[in-house]
Amino acid sequence: MEADKHFVVGIFDDEDVLLEGVKKVRAVGIRIHEVYSPFPVHGLDEALGYARTRLPIAAFLFGMTGTILALTMQFWMLGYDWPMIIGGKNFASLPPFIPVTFELTVLLSALGMVATFLIVSDMKPYKWPRQFDIRSTDDKHVMAVDLAENAGKSKEEIMRILRESGASEVNEKNFE
Amino acid sequence: MQVVSAIREPLITGGKTVKDVSHDISRQVEGKPTRLWWMAFGVSLALLAWGGYCCAMMLWHGIGMWGLNKTVGWAWDITNFVWWVGIGHAGTLISAILLLFRQRWRMSINRAAEAMTIFAVICAASFPGFHMGRLWLGFYWALPLPNTFGSLWVNFNSPLLWDVFAISTYFTVSLVFWYMGLIPDFAVIRDRAVVQGNKLRAKIYNALSFGWQGGAKTWQRYESVALILAGLSTPLVLSVHTIVSFDFATSVIPGWHTTIFPPYFVAGAIFSGFAMVLTLLLVTRKVFKLEEYITIYHIELMNIIIIITGSIVGIAYITELFISWYSQVPYEGYAFYNRIQGPYAWAYWSMMTCNVISPQLFWIKKIRTSIVATFVLSIIVNIGMWFERFVIIVTSIHRDYVPSSWTMFYPTMYDIGQYIFTFGIFFTAFFLFAKFFPVINMAEVKSIVKSTSEKTA
Repeated sequence: MEADKHFVVGIFDDEDVLLEGVKKVRAVGIRIHEVYSPFPVHGLDEALGYARTRLPIAAFLFGMTGTILALTMQFWMLGYDWPMIIGGKNFASLPPFIPVTFELTVLLSALGMVATFLIVSDMKPYKWPRQFDIRSTDDKHVMAVDLAENAGKSKEEIMRILRESGASEVNEKNFE
Repeated sequence: MQVVSAIREPLITGGKTVKDVSHDISRQVEGKPTRLWWMAFGVSLALLAWGGYCCAMMLWHGIGMWGLNKTVGWAWDITNFVWWVGIGHAGTLISAILLLFRQRWRMSINRAAEAMTIFAVICAASFPGFHMGRLWLGFYWALPLPNTFGSLWVNFNSPLLWDVFAISTYFTVSLVFWYMGLIPDFAVIRDRAVVQGNKLRAKIYNALSFGWQGGAKTWQRYESVALILAGLSTPLVLSVHTIVSFDFATSVIPGWHTTIFPPYFVAGAIFSGFAMVLTLLLVTRKVFKLEEYITIYHIELMNIIIIITGSIVGIAYITELFISWYSQVPYEGYAFYNRIQGPYAWAYWSMMTCNVISPQLFWIKKIRTSIVATFVLSIIVNIGMWFERFVIIVTSIHRDYVPSSWTMFYPTMYDIGQYIFTFGIFFTAFFLFAKFFPVINMAEVKSIVKSTSEKTA
């Protein structure tokens, strides 16, 4: 069977039932493709066995880039490229350079992290998402199970397990 | 299943379900604008048009159209700039600092407050922009870009340049933070449009939502991004008004040369910002019928922040007076004597009444839970905070070291027109936002509906 085409979709009404359901479904060895929720459900990523996101590392690296860029820019411009005496002070000294350094650190960290988020999540304005159930942004939690990833189990068996795990509704969804 | 706390007041009343949240908030985006909205929007456009005329005249003839003179070289422009920047601070405080403190009551109000921040910063930035005389060359002059003078770089020792970086970073990061919050909510409107069969709206809101799907992995990353943005915005918002206060504090003008300025400005900014949030939200909740989401409890909590920050501002005023006497510097002493007793005493005492005395009324529970009283006091606080900046700026310089140059400042039509222009920008943008964007963060409110909403009868 082709991957990413044929799915069983379980609809959950309540986030606590969903969390329990995810644990039960995974306990019997079914691999969950993804769970779509209208709001962040705490503990769902752990229940699904997802690793922690590395976005904080990206934010830190972008922030450091900002710090280094800002300090280099200021020391080079005022200390080396065109030194000027302003108020009888040193050509270049650290304290007055701190505000701009701080601002550029924050700016690059924020922009870089958000850009990384959009890229790794494959989000772009012209992309129409593949929707397993239209209600997943309204009030339902939607669990998608890819049949190709669970070749050992029959479709009927997966549907039965989802229903037993608390899904209020279980549907099939096929993409061309 | 609903869990009702015995000790906490519900944050969302009316026994809302998750589905109700999508419906109540998306409804006003989907429907035709009401007559009330058109009227309010029309008034904002009129302000914008009149202010735009004054600004156009000023760009054509130069800023000599302002009422400035040789002694008073800074007056309404910088007063309005600091006032607007200050107003913006409440939005970031609500969305970032209250997020770090896990204050869930922020969830109903953060969207509108952040929108207010962004529009207020745009208004603020217009003043230094116009002050440069040639607005279109502003970027070229203010940023460290290679130029034909050498390159002669910008002066990184100047607080005015720090302002450029602080305000532009603040604007960008606030915009990104606000937009990140909007992404899942745009997807709600998109999916409702698909169900309703409105293809064009679905397309537009899908593009706005970046094709949001709401998978668990995406939500995990999304929450991480929101937390880090909050962590970045918290020192950022404190730095912005600190740097704005450096414009004055690093000078040697008596009345400005004060180390208390950074914390005092930040407290004042949050004080005036919350007042503006209240002014706007009291109207918004009424017009869009959001009384069950923005409850009296929310209003009360915001009023409590107004008492706290108002009291900090009051203590700062008194500390300034004490230090001007205690320092025994005659110039410093005169600057404050002149504020209290001089020709601008009316402005000083208006400031004292509006900012120090009036917010203390919120100690009375009946007043801080009354909508009318809150609305009136929020406007009084905003007037008071405008006078604070006017007092600090104009009274410190209108009587300088040489008595022969002592003078007064009188605003011209163009000073006033430019201020009106920024009100035009602010309200036009806010009404457009309130019509086309979800005014309450649906995803966040949905996540607390179960645990904090009022028990259904």
